[in-house]
Amino acid sequence: MITTFLIDSLDRRGRVVVALLVALALLVPAGNLLVPEGSAFHVSTYQLTLCGKYLTYALLALSVDLVWGYCGILSLGHGAFFALGGYAMGMYLMRQIGSRGVYADPVLPDFMVFLNWKELPWFWQGFDMAWYAFLMVALVPGVLAFLFGWLSFRSRVTGVYLSIITQALTYALLLAFFRNDMGFGGNNGLTDFKDILGFPIQAPGTRAALFSASALMLALGFVVASAVVRSKLGKVLIAIRDAESRTRFIGYRVEHYKLFVWTLSAAMAGIAGALYVPQVGIINPSEFDPAASIEAVIWVAVGGRGTLVGPLIGAVAVNFGKTWFTGVLPEVWLYALGALFVVVTLFLPRGIVGLWETVVTGRSKPAKEPDEAGEKAGEAA
Amino acid sequence: MSFLRFLAILSVLVVGLQPAFAGRIADAALSSRVAALGSGGFDAAEKAIADLAATGDERVPAILDRLGEGELMVRKADGAVFFADKAGKDFRLTDPVTGAHAGVARKASVEKIKVNNRLRRAISSAVGALTLMSPDPATRRAAAEAVMKSADASAIPALDRAIAEETMADIRATMLAAKATALLASDASEAEKLDSIVAIADLGGRDALGFLSGYASAEGAVGEAARKAVAAIESRLMLWDVGQNLWYGLSLGSVLLLAAIGLAITFGVMGVINMAHGEMVMLGAYATFTVQEAIRTYWPGLFDYSLLIALPAAFLTAALAGILIERSIIRWLYGRPLETLLATWGVSLILQQAVRSLYGANNREVGNPSWMSGSFALGDIQITWTRLWIILFALAVFLALLAVLKRTRLGLEMRAVTQNRQMAAAVGIHTPLVDALTFGLGSGIAGLAGVALSQIDNVSPNLGRGYIIDSFMVVVFGGVGNLWGTLVGALTLGVANKLLEPYAGAVLGKIILLLAIILFIQKRPRGLFALKGRAVEA
Repeated sequence: MITTFLIDSLDRRGRVVVALLVALALLVPAGNLLVPEGSAFHVSTYQLTLCGKYLTYALLALSVDLVWGYCGILSLGHGAFFALGGYAMGMYLMRQIGSRGVYADPVLPDFMVFLNWKELPWFWQGFDMAWYAFLMVALVPGVLAFLFGWLSFRSRVTGVYLSIITQALTYALLLAFFRNDMGFGGNNGLTDFKDILGFPIQAPGTRAALFSASALMLALGFVVASAVVRSKLGKVLIAIRDAESRTRFIGYRVEHYKLFVWTLSAAMAGIAGALYVPQVGIINPSEFDPAASIEAVIWVAVGGRGTLVGPLIGAVAVNFGKTWFTGVLPEVWLYALGALFVVVTLFLPRGIVGLWETVVTGRSKPAKEPDEAGEKAGEAA
Repeated sequence: MSFLRFLAILSVLVVGLQPAFAGRIADAALSSRVAALGSGGFDAAEKAIADLAATGDERVPAILDRLGEGELMVRKADGAVFFADKAGKDFRLTDPVTGAHAGVARKASVEKIKVNNRLRRAISSAVGALTLMSPDPATRRAAAEAVMKSADASAIPALDRAIAEETMADIRATMLAAKATALLASDASEAEKLDSIVAIADLGGRDALGFLSGYASAEGAVGEAARKAVAAIESRLMLWDVGQNLWYGLSLGSVLLLAAIGLAITFGVMGVINMAHGEMVMLGAYATFTVQEAIRTYWPGLFDYSLLIALPAAFLTAALAGILIERSIIRWLYGRPLETLLATWGVSLILQQAVRSLYGANNREVGNPSWMSGSFALGDIQITWTRLWIILFALAVFLALLAVLKRTRLGLEMRAVTQNRQMAAAVGIHTPLVDALTFGLGSGIAGLAGVALSQIDNVSPNLGRGYIIDSFMVVVFGGVGNLWGTLVGALTLGVANKLLEPYAGAVLGKIILLLAIILFIQKRPRGLFALKGRAVEA
């Protein structure tokens, strides 16, 4: 039924990706927890957390690709949805601290006690319950995106204008979350988390579980994105990307299609943010920085826009480069990132995946034969 | 007390400048009155202070001031009074009247003239009254304002004398108001007090408001009149506040205009999303810094002209950088605005890091030339010269750009290429050259903005980041491809921002404005002044 429908929607490359992600979700935590430290196959907790972070970035990149690669909406504000999801998770984790905070208030987080607040603001109510918080993780970015998209697509704000107002949106949120009065910890954001679902957040076991959750969630996101893209709806989206007016004249309600994929993408970004926060241990307003959103776009461009696999490769590759450069040659990183923007847009319009397809296989379109091995992997996901 | 001391010192300075001033009595007569200060107890001293004040001699404030500071001493041997400055364990004595040195005295041979609070009051009112008669208008004004603040009824006679002799109308008004405040504080009749309130209310200003609100809770006619006066002053002050905020808004608007106007060319006319625009502004600011450093080192005399010299330097630096970017990157991406956006973002990162490597990550100091520092007041509105010059500069740049676009050959070709590239090429316009020059012009103007912004903002590698979003907002709000729209957009956003600030706070005001623009775009996707016709869809 739904599962088979989702699996059927994967092409051969998609099944490989899903299989790989599931394998990662099992093997890397095993390498961390079961393999002894001296071994060549041992994965340190630092590496595990770092890779987990990359996977959440990959999910963010996937959500950007869904709107940019398949619907032509260049969002310069997806970081806002990522951060909102992160804040929803952060609020849950803050409420889990309970009376273990510095001020030992059973209900109020430390920063509220510090600001002399007497009671919990209404928008913090309910975040002590995991199901509610996890729902909000997707719902808050989704609702914001729905409202924003409903307004913008209906009045046919397109192209560059839309990009600029998405940037204005994330900038406005950046300014808003910096304010202490907003009730989200201001400049410092939310941090000092203790545990998640009852498990201590710093423990290796929890970290391994978070890694697995990120990998599996990415696999699920990938399957959903593939299903959307390869359905009839996906074809319409691509038609909108390539010729919006023409699609409208044929009779499709362009704004409905855009609104659907835009909201879905925002919820996906929110989930990515929610998985990101417990792994890095902090969420603060800098995640709303317009520069962060633009960086997410370049991950997609590097990997290959409109390919679904590309964003995953791009996000991991660019962030691996960032980690490596900022460790070894910090002053070179911005040059490298800047050059990446220029080189990719000028010489690699289809990114790494496009390069691979033209150079290695000599084909411009991916193969579409079904494959037995991939199907099994898809079921496991 | 310290303020009166300042007045006293001021009056001494004035004496130094004008030795022929008539307000002196014979040295001997003054000396005998000074000696009376040390002749006995507090009552005698108080009488002596009154005597000294009555002379109107301009040396008296300094003497009384030092008396108040406890630096006036009696020599036990002959009862003469001196200024005493500590010199080790001993005191160096100076004649208070003639200023002649009177040798060094052992500690045991002199005695300090003691002052209590009653004497201090007497001293301060005497100094206030004396400075009211000072030949220097600024001293008189300051003295009158000091009396107004203290509302000391004992100063009324001195004020009356001063008012009678005062020739400058505005100082006379201040003195009358000071007298009114003193009268209100005294036990004068109700009619006199009512007159006083009217006099103070006429003066307006925050001091008068503060003083009158002290009486607003009083009973009877006085309280009534005071409340009315307070309300009147408050509404007038509110108008001035609005005026001040309008001025701030214009000032912010001119900054936005400067930052956005180059973008109006590159984005508005050429359709290129130049995310490196902010970095062009930054390059201009750093060019200013470099020019100023060179001038400081080699031709310090030219420092006042450094900004004028920096203008062409900043324009050329940014314009050349712009042409380079256009020729190497942007020209491959015409018609692909989203790709241009990403590529120029990369350029902006590279430029920021390059400047950081060259000049360091810290803020650089760009000095104000003398003609740009200081401020003046227009009514209750404070206007700094820097801001005034920036407004004028922004308007000048705007008009110059308008002239270039409408009156020159280059402007004509630019507009032709914008409207129809193929047709322009067909009639013989060298479109690649026009593209490069247009982009260079837009970037160069951003460089000019950098010169102005170096005066009010931190010159750091991140300078441009702060302006890029605002600039795009201005251009999009005003209407792409329309310079007048950019002008109206910049000023509207600037003024709206500053008028919101008192109610919502700086950050919230800005957020409200951003959301308002987002909603506005929904209503009018092409901005305030949208281009009409076929060019829109191109």
